Amino acid sequence: MKKIRIGAGLGFYGDSWAPIATTLARGEVQYIGSDHLAELTLAILHKDRSKDPQAGYTRDLVPMLTALWPAAQARGVKFLLNAGGLNPEGAAAALRAEFAKRGWRAKIATVSGDDVLDRIDQIRGTGATLSHLDNGASIYTVRERLLFANAYLGAQPLVEALGQGADIVLTGRVADAALFLAPLVHEFGWGWSDWDRLAQGITVGHLLECSGQGSGGNFNAYGERGWQTIPDYPHLGFPIAEVSEDGSAVITKAPGSGGRVDFDTLRQQLLYEVHNPHRYFSPDVVLDMGTLRLDDLGHDRVKVTGATGLPRPNALKVVAGYADGWAGSATIGYSWPQAYAKAQTAERIVRQLIAERQLEYEDIHTEFIGLNSLLGPLADTSHAEELNEVYLRMLVRTPDRRLAEAFPRQFPWLALSGPPTASGFSGMDAPRALLGLWPTLVPRDLVEAQVKVSVSAT
Amino acid sequence: MRLVDIAHARSGDKGDRADIGVFARNAGDYAIIRQALTAQRIAAHFQGIASGAVEVWPLDNLWAVKIVLNNALQGNAARSLRSDNLGKCLAAALLRMEIGNPDE
Repeated sequence: MKKIRIGAGLGFYGDSWAPIATTLARGEVQYIGSDHLAELTLAILHKDRSKDPQAGYTRDLVPMLTALWPAAQARGVKFLLNAGGLNPEGAAAALRAEFAKRGWRAKIATVSGDDVLDRIDQIRGTGATLSHLDNGASIYTVRERLLFANAYLGAQPLVEALGQGADIVLTGRVADAALFLAPLVHEFGWGWSDWDRLAQGITVGHLLECSGQGSGGNFNAYGERGWQTIPDYPHLGFPIAEVSEDGSAVITKAPGSGGRVDFDTLRQQLLYEVHNPHRYFSPDVVLDMGTLRLDDLGHDRVKVTGATGLPRPNALKVVAGYADGWAGSATIGYSWPQAYAKAQTAERIVRQLIAERQLEYEDIHTEFIGLNSLLGPLADTSHAEELNEVYLRMLVRTPDRRLAEAFPRQFPWLALSGPPTASGFSGMDAPRALLGLWPTLVPRDLVEAQVKVSVSAT
Repeated sequence: MRLVDIAHARSGDKGDRADIGVFARNAGDYAIIRQALTAQRIAAHFQGIASGAVEVWPLDNLWAVKIVLNNALQGNAARSLRSDNLGKCLAAALLRMEIGNPDE
């Protein structure tokens, strides 16, 4: 039976591509699927594009493919990447320019049409409400503050690009798992209503889309086979899927790489960012994980079978982002003795001062780094009195940028005029723009009618 | 006994929802965690962090329980003021839960 091997690319904008080089050298893959877009990445790209209309794609694309392409081309490996972000055409232009400079040949495809920001009113005109998916609020409550609005596309346009001979497929927002489903549909000719096989493909994609998390990274387990027993973190290999025509798959990684692929590391990734596991929505199929089987074959190989697919939804998910005020923050440290008491006193002083100075904030958030900044109210504070050091970290949220800027200025004087042993102040950076998210649904046809696939050679 | 003694877990984020997958290492431990991880107990455990409904989805085929915490991330990761804006440590926070000793 024909088998296709697909390797995991990046799991987020900023991830390392060294493990992809290992996969190319020793993983015997035909495809790499690379996920550069977390839910919030488009906000960063929006900022880039507002400064430069040619930008708006993830800047790791060109250096990454420049580093990897010679090895990929020598082995005939193709890439599917959502690094196009808000500007797949701009991404392709930048990549073509770099490849041309080096005299490299590649067929580069773009998939666009996910961006619906300029079509909000038009879509509303057809009767779709674009109301908030969770609370039903009207999109006009945030309309003027929207920064981006993108639909999650499925695998079909990516399959079309591969069908036209693309070596590198650059997309904007697509379902992460579609980057992996597309080569399977292209190679095996699965039907678009072959729900169980599509569901296997989505399962494979979901296991690979977070790079090292599918092979022992961020493995939150303790004891005998816990995180401390994961081999060779510095060379952790990204997961590789070996998929058969019937949809059954073995997840593994490059021989000799670090990390671990076993029942436990894979289970952690399988359920990651899944809500109802019997209704895991993708644009191409709804996956029911209740029938899945993971069989640990040993030697970093786990067989994945039994996914159940239900017909695809009629609506596509759109995630929009809108400007939602500013955060100002400051951090100041105190040493033993009585480090925690000093930090608590500093907090009280700051709260009193901002009240007296009538600086009004929507929210004031306090954390004590070293004590409760990661576990919050669930932290065990029984040893707080003897801590070697504690950092007070305070943040405020406000619609007014100047009020956010004013907040950290309440801190520096504490060094000489507050509790003793203050050190390690930080916070005079510019305030951080906060972002609200607007998840909603849009009828599939309205988006898909605008999807465009174009292929050009360098 | 604490949950960390018999299970492992990973958490993630989508919008204002945090989700936690909890995994038992054998069928016996799975039965224990299924019984221990009720929506009510989890909601009480995460008081002060998550204010919305708690969903619990057991998966017998994986000896796993999927937990969804609504209204858990101050709106979403890009609006949150917390250091753990993505809720990556919520799985660890859950593993600290006392689940009673089956030998008692």
